[in-house]
Amino acid sequence: MSPSIVKSRTIIAHVEDKPGVLNRIASLFRRRGFNIASLTVGRTAEPGVSRLTIVVDADDDTTRRIEANLYKLVNVLLVEDVSFGPAISRELALIKVRANAETRPRVLQVCDVFGARVVDMTPDLVTLEFTSTSDKIDDLASVLRVEGIVDMVRTGVVAMTRGEPRVIQAQEQEQWPESSTTATPISA
Amino acid sequence: MNGPARRLTGAEILWEALIAEGVDVVFGYPGGAIMPAYDAMLKYSDRIRHVLVRHEQGAAHMADGYARASGRCGCAIATSGPGATNLVTGIATAMMDSVPIVFITGQVSSTLLGTDAFQETDVTGVTLPVTKHNYLVTDVDEIAPTIREAFFLARSGRPGPVLVDICKDAQQASTEWRAPTGEPRLPGYRPSPHAPDELLERAAQMIDHAERPLVLAGHGIVKAGAGELLKAFVEKARVPVASTLLGLGGFPATHPMSLGMMGMHGEAWVNHAIQEADLLIALGMRFDDRVTGRLATYAPRARKIHVEIDRSEVNKNVKVDVALIDDVARILSVLTPRVSERPRTSWFARIDSLKGDSAVRDIQGLPDEGRLYAAHVIHDLWRLTEGKALVVTDVGQHQMWEAQYYKHDHARKLVTSGGLGTMGFALPAALGARFACPDDDVWVIAGDGGFQMTACELSTAAQEGVKVNVAIINNGYLGMVRQWQQFFYGGRYAATPMRSPDFVKLAEAHGLAGLRVTKRSEVEDAVRTAQKTPGTVVIDFRVEQEDSVYPMVPSGADLAEMIRRPAPPSPLVETAEDP
Repeated sequence: MSPSIVKSRTIIAHVEDKPGVLNRIASLFRRRGFNIASLTVGRTAEPGVSRLTIVVDADDDTTRRIEANLYKLVNVLLVEDVSFGPAISRELALIKVRANAETRPRVLQVCDVFGARVVDMTPDLVTLEFTSTSDKIDDLASVLRVEGIVDMVRTGVVAMTRGEPRVIQAQEQEQWPESSTTATPISA
Repeated sequence: MNGPARRLTGAEILWEALIAEGVDVVFGYPGGAIMPAYDAMLKYSDRIRHVLVRHEQGAAHMADGYARASGRCGCAIATSGPGATNLVTGIATAMMDSVPIVFITGQVSSTLLGTDAFQETDVTGVTLPVTKHNYLVTDVDEIAPTIREAFFLARSGRPGPVLVDICKDAQQASTEWRAPTGEPRLPGYRPSPHAPDELLERAAQMIDHAERPLVLAGHGIVKAGAGELLKAFVEKARVPVASTLLGLGGFPATHPMSLGMMGMHGEAWVNHAIQEADLLIALGMRFDDRVTGRLATYAPRARKIHVEIDRSEVNKNVKVDVALIDDVARILSVLTPRVSERPRTSWFARIDSLKGDSAVRDIQGLPDEGRLYAAHVIHDLWRLTEGKALVVTDVGQHQMWEAQYYKHDHARKLVTSGGLGTMGFALPAALGARFACPDDDVWVIAGDGGFQMTACELSTAAQEGVKVNVAIINNGYLGMVRQWQQFFYGGRYAATPMRSPDFVKLAEAHGLAGLRVTKRSEVEDAVRTAQKTPGTVVIDFRVEQEDSVYPMVPSGADLAEMIRRPAPPSPLVETAEDP
């Protein structure tokens, strides 16, 4: 793959749970012109550590610069690029679709095919909950658009590597490879 | 070191903590939210000196000048709101040039935060992008550990400014004080990266195989104190050295392998050498756009080795072949034994030939014909101070002439705002530098424009009895902008002609001596008089008004596409036509 191709990348940042950390990260992306497609933040199993999943559109070099710049933030503990390694990534969507007695069976059938769950129903509306990859949510949304989507909300992506997790160590990442000719992605 | 605990106020703990970090002078300005700290300061006046500035920007630049000249961490203090926002230009200046400074600001009481209280500003928010890190302290127990962390962060790794915003109620509250020991716990902070051995070996091989290698020496050489190591390296491998503006002095300018400055106003042969080189060894520099010119055509024949402590600088502007993310001093110390001795005679000969007619075009070799040229003033100042002065420059034409004509042989003897290009920097930075180096002959070189931005600090110099010599290169224009207007904007001088006050009288109004020089023959007398006169002295050098800095690589042009000083017998001073 050419390093200059812009693709959707998923980066996980483990951060100290301190006031202003999210602001620091958002400010970094804005200031450096890195384009955030989605950003989620939440607690982890470890007290005092929060975890961000950031999806960006970037090429290889930009992704490395994002990682390096994240590491410059004092409160960032560990950064993982899980774009191309073995990882699980999920997003949750709530989708409200117009569906009357006549069209409801069609909607429910679509729902069934995708494995979405009905969480609310009125005579004119069906609300679905769907947890999957972002692509699958896009697919479901495009099918339901025919029926008439009234409202939709998506959480943004959360991601996790497969297998044993990386352990956060203070001196990790010192050997982060740099140049485009010598580098191997850290997720490899 | 871990003494018995004493019960102190937050304000007292602040000073104890600053003294524990080795702070001996702070530059600041009091105000409501920092008053508890100022009140407590009186108890510590035997151990810490406070310098009252006239504007908080001056405090920031003084701390900056102090830090750059000494290699220690500077410290400035201000109140909340406008006091803190006035610091911002100085903080950004320090951030761009990686200068270690801890800024202390007062904040409204924690109970008032977020209410738009009198003189409340979200200072941690405002300074977030221009600090290495910052803190808002609302709890008295956090003051001591936060100060400890702030100094550790400011000094370590790639240095930079750190701001600590302390609420007034935290300053007033009391707690146990115990001198902190050991390194602060910062689990996410990695200041000491270590380049792998394989990459070092690869770099050594690339250097051995290079026919036309060039060292690009940056600010990192100065910061790491790696001048001697660099000398040992290039004398063994025989690699010529080009410097960035902030790298000047890191390698002796009069060393036979020193080529001089690169970039927009670099020497012509240096820029040509970069474009012809087959290997660039970039040491503690970051390929700023003022150094590279057009990136697409930058050093097209060269492979690149980048030694840099900040990994986020690697492959940012220029793609490199080997990156050594490490302390430049360590890299040089382990690299030198691995490289071979090679004469590279033809490369040195080629660089000599690149000098071509540069000497003929150089204003240094041209007669003044009764005119006073800035370049002549600076050359004479270099000669009269035997190249040993600590020179602090402002930003603009005079800054570039200083870089070209004052040959610095020692690190930390040129203090200048490189990255941010902050006009008004020189006078306050020089006052701060003087505190760091009280035995140095400190010279400010400033333009008439930049000098007036912070001229109020003459009053600080007078009150504090600080001696610096101020050379105002007065051409009646905002000279660098005028030069761009001349070259690129059809000679339309929009808002660049500037009328200034009588600088001699201005100095005298402050109880200081002022001198005026209009002819080259008067330069020596004025310099000697200034050196002999106690207290700060201002010299108004009335120089040629429309001279330009040559060579010049237009912004975004190929590094080799330079506008050169017209060769004689063309007039030295050009008309306002597009070249």
